[in-house]
Amino acid sequence: MAKVIEGLFYSESHEYVKVEGDFAYVGITDYAQHALGNVVYVDMPEVDDEVEADEDFGAVESVKAASDLISPVSGTVVEVNEALEDKPELLNEDAFENWIMKVQLSDKSELDALMDATAYEELCNKE
Amino acid sequence: MNFKFFPHTKEEIEQMLKQAGMNSLDDLYADVPEQIRFRGEYDLPEPMSETEIRSLFEKLGEKNRRLTVFAGAGCYDHYTPAVVPNIISRSEFLTSYTPYQAEISQGTLHYIFEYQSMMAELTGMDVSNASMYDGSTATAEAAIMALASTKKTDTVLVSASVDPKVLNVVKTYAHFHGFNVELIPENDGATDKAHMDARLEKGGVAGVIVQQPNYHGIVEDFTGFADSCHAQKSLFIVNSVAADLALLKTPGEWGADVAVGDGQSVGIPMAFGGPSVGYMCCTEKLMRKMPGRIVGKTVDNRGQRVFVLTLQAREQHIRRQKATSNICSNESLMALFVTIYMSVMGKEGVKEAAQISYDGAHYLHDALIATDLFSNKYERPFFNEFCVKYNGDVDRLQQRFIENGILGGVKVDTDTLMFAVTEKRTKEEIDKLVNIAKEEKL
Amino acid sequence: MNNRLYGNLIFELSKPGRRGYSLPKNEFGHHEVPAKMRRNEDAKLPECDELTVVRHYTNLSANNFGVNNGFYPLGSCTMKYNPIINEEIAALPQFAALHPLQPEDTCQGALQVYYDMQKALSAITGLEEFTLNPFAGAHGELTGLMIIRAYHQSRGDLKRTKVIVPDSAHGTNPASAAVCGLEIVEVKSTAQGVVDVNDLRGLLDDTVAAVMMTNPNTLGLFEREIPEIQKLVHECGGLMYYDGANLNPMLGVCRPGDMGFDVMHINLHKTFSTPHGGGGPGSGPVGVRKGLEQFLPVPKVEKVGDRYRIVTSNDQNFNVHVGEFFGNYAVMLRAYTYILTLGKEHIRMVGPLATLNANYIKEALKDVYELPIPTVCKHEFVFNGLKDKSTGVTTMDVAKRLLDYGYHAPTIYFPLLFHEAMMIEPTENESKETLDEFIAVLRKIAEEAKATPEDVKTAPHNTPTGRVDDVLAAKQPILTWKQLSN
Repeated sequence: MAKVIEGLFYSESHEYVKVEGDFAYVGITDYAQHALGNVVYVDMPEVDDEVEADEDFGAVESVKAASDLISPVSGTVVEVNEALEDKPELLNEDAFENWIMKVQLSDKSELDALMDATAYEELCNKE
Repeated sequence: MNFKFFPHTKEEIEQMLKQAGMNSLDDLYADVPEQIRFRGEYDLPEPMSETEIRSLFEKLGEKNRRLTVFAGAGCYDHYTPAVVPNIISRSEFLTSYTPYQAEISQGTLHYIFEYQSMMAELTGMDVSNASMYDGSTATAEAAIMALASTKKTDTVLVSASVDPKVLNVVKTYAHFHGFNVELIPENDGATDKAHMDARLEKGGVAGVIVQQPNYHGIVEDFTGFADSCHAQKSLFIVNSVAADLALLKTPGEWGADVAVGDGQSVGIPMAFGGPSVGYMCCTEKLMRKMPGRIVGKTVDNRGQRVFVLTLQAREQHIRRQKATSNICSNESLMALFVTIYMSVMGKEGVKEAAQISYDGAHYLHDALIATDLFSNKYERPFFNEFCVKYNGDVDRLQQRFIENGILGGVKVDTDTLMFAVTEKRTKEEIDKLVNIAKEEKL
Repeated sequence: MNNRLYGNLIFELSKPGRRGYSLPKNEFGHHEVPAKMRRNEDAKLPECDELTVVRHYTNLSANNFGVNNGFYPLGSCTMKYNPIINEEIAALPQFAALHPLQPEDTCQGALQVYYDMQKALSAITGLEEFTLNPFAGAHGELTGLMIIRAYHQSRGDLKRTKVIVPDSAHGTNPASAAVCGLEIVEVKSTAQGVVDVNDLRGLLDDTVAAVMMTNPNTLGLFEREIPEIQKLVHECGGLMYYDGANLNPMLGVCRPGDMGFDVMHINLHKTFSTPHGGGGPGSGPVGVRKGLEQFLPVPKVEKVGDRYRIVTSNDQNFNVHVGEFFGNYAVMLRAYTYILTLGKEHIRMVGPLATLNANYIKEALKDVYELPIPTVCKHEFVFNGLKDKSTGVTTMDVAKRLLDYGYHAPTIYFPLLFHEAMMIEPTENESKETLDEFIAVLRKIAEEAKATPEDVKTAPHNTPTGRVDDVLAAKQPILTWKQLSN
């Protein structure tokens, strides 16, 4: 059973958003890492890249699958999790601890369109 | 059935149909609407025996003339060591599929790893893929790779000194994929760097494509090209004639991000233009943007060093429309050809073959100029191919060569012939060509 | 037969000073490559004597499995026998030593073969004209889509940028469409595994450039609604593209042209018996119906009187070029030899016998392997793993266990419609005995899955190599000898 954490925002494409003030940490959910299997590579954006809600900001690859990362929020990338470059398996170890990018949010109202933990858990159960 | 490729006896067919719950072979196709069934006869010849086939191709072959080849323009008559065609005809290599089942495909995986290693060495790049179709499609794919690896770009610059056949393919891909191709003009047959620099500064350029030796046979000086490209975050892509890299400064040394080209020059028979093999190498940084198959080293569950197809998440069978390319089949057997060629020729042999070609071309060039019938088209260094102007009727001269069993260059302009020489051409053959030219003018 | 010494990498067998070649003496005197243009250090290629090279590659070949080694039921790949005579013809020096830029007068034989081959493909498919220039199946798809776009563009119909592909399509279909700058829309399959015509109807409008289909589809099922589908697509102004990957079962039965397809490619390395060569060279001729010939790539070959000439321009605003010369010419020579060997008579039996073989296996195994779609199949069919899922033995395990018994594995985990897909394609060349033996082995593996599941889950055991760690390979890519030796 995949882990879901209270207090985060979730997208239908299985990314989570953890908000801290005007910033947000974006990563993939525990459910997503389970579905992918052994993660071998994370294609991350660069600092200062502009990301837009519902658009790709990278990809996560396992041996037999690849999944585009869809940003749930818009903003500017202020930091990427460089630890994932050498150790992509961190996503398998703890997907919530190992966020992928930190974004300065340009439109916090976008968060309203995302799911809370309860709604997301229901989605996972359905799939 | 009584045909050599069908093992089924009449009784077996009946038996098998019965077990499959069918009454006739036609029943197997009951779901094909009658209106689209093909009930007619194919407009094809009657079946032919091996003897008839041999004699047919013997006759067709007589309508082809084997010439002493002094033409290049992307296809070169280099020497093929006897070992190579013999080994690649081994059925374990020839009749196997793409090595998806690593446990019973180590032969293929192993040689692709060697091929990648050799191509990376030859081009001076970090990594190589397992092969592309040919030099032109590899170049077009490099252009698409540049667009995918850069931001806010929509244009690829191609030097006017690139082979027009390659340029046509790049333009075709560009037309449909949706990017611009702009030509960098040439100056006395070589890429005009000042023009390139100016265009790069305007922005929007994903990559610059040049060729070495270029279409005219000229060895270009790419000093500063990579810096100009990188200053604008564009990729520098060098298309080279593989065999010539044994001696020439490598794409890696010129600072290329991607090295592509055709491997035919590495002893692959001309075969009317194919199959050949395209190669693509790049920097480690771009590795995951590369199209095509890639083999990597790993271990098996018995602790042995083994090889396996890797980084497959780039490929069409996983990524579908988001793949780096649509390529599936490549030219694997020809990559094996290249690998065995480079194994027997080795570090010294590839240099020696390239040097003889270089020397033979310069010998021919000097002899033609000495006749006073030819003059230099360009005042630039060349490798084993060069352009000269002829002060007579080019068509008539070429016809005279043909009558004497010689493919005497490629006509690249109304007054210009481009000659290529390989290590297969002897002094006697070259002298004969020069004498025909002299006699033609008498 | 795998020798430890010669099974090393060729670089590990190298010793400075060894030679494996002999070149003629340089008669031309030395000319120096300008210093500025020379590479700084030699390429670190191996240095080996000839016998070492021969033994090395002969040893490597022993670790490979080809059609000549045994049954190769690889779905979607049509691993048929590669006749030896094809190889002999392709190696004839009268063809192999031809330069592609020879004057037409000196290569009439070669041009005639190109011309006659494209005519033969027209006869077999019911389309008007073919180009033999595309290098492989996916390259043919791309070329075909280019032709389709060029056609729409020539009519000023620029909004047609969508390609519809079934969700069961080969991965190359959407990838080729993307390279061609087209947008991909998936059409659903019905529970019976064929295109959902209602879903398709909803997707058709004036932005559709083409619908790409393979028929029979990747489940080995004939799309019997094809007359209706082609009508709907043509009514909306789109063209029908036939992915020829599954053409084999149609030989002698049904021609893509008669099904209403406008453009198609053929994989000569599948249907027309040319060897797969460990992944290539293939050849992907593209055919078009009458009215689209002017969009075919150049160069092409035409016949004027009894002479053959090379056409380098179509008199169009835009000429499609997909390669430098005439594609993989020597591959085409092999395929042409095959067509002549079969002739009009035997080619008719290819499809029915391949289909008979597939149905024979399917029926004999459906009690132990899950058959999701129980109708008659064509040249191939898909099992969804073992019927008994309680053992935990997966399709991957069954595939690997097959290797132990001297078989190549089927195509696995494709199509994506079934989680444990196992796609089996026997060609017309396989005898009843071969199939019976294969059936017996698959039944045995099903029994092993219950009795000794660990043996199956850890297979293969009898191959030179065990299961490989592909996670390690992808995580820390080592792609060259230089990286390996550092």
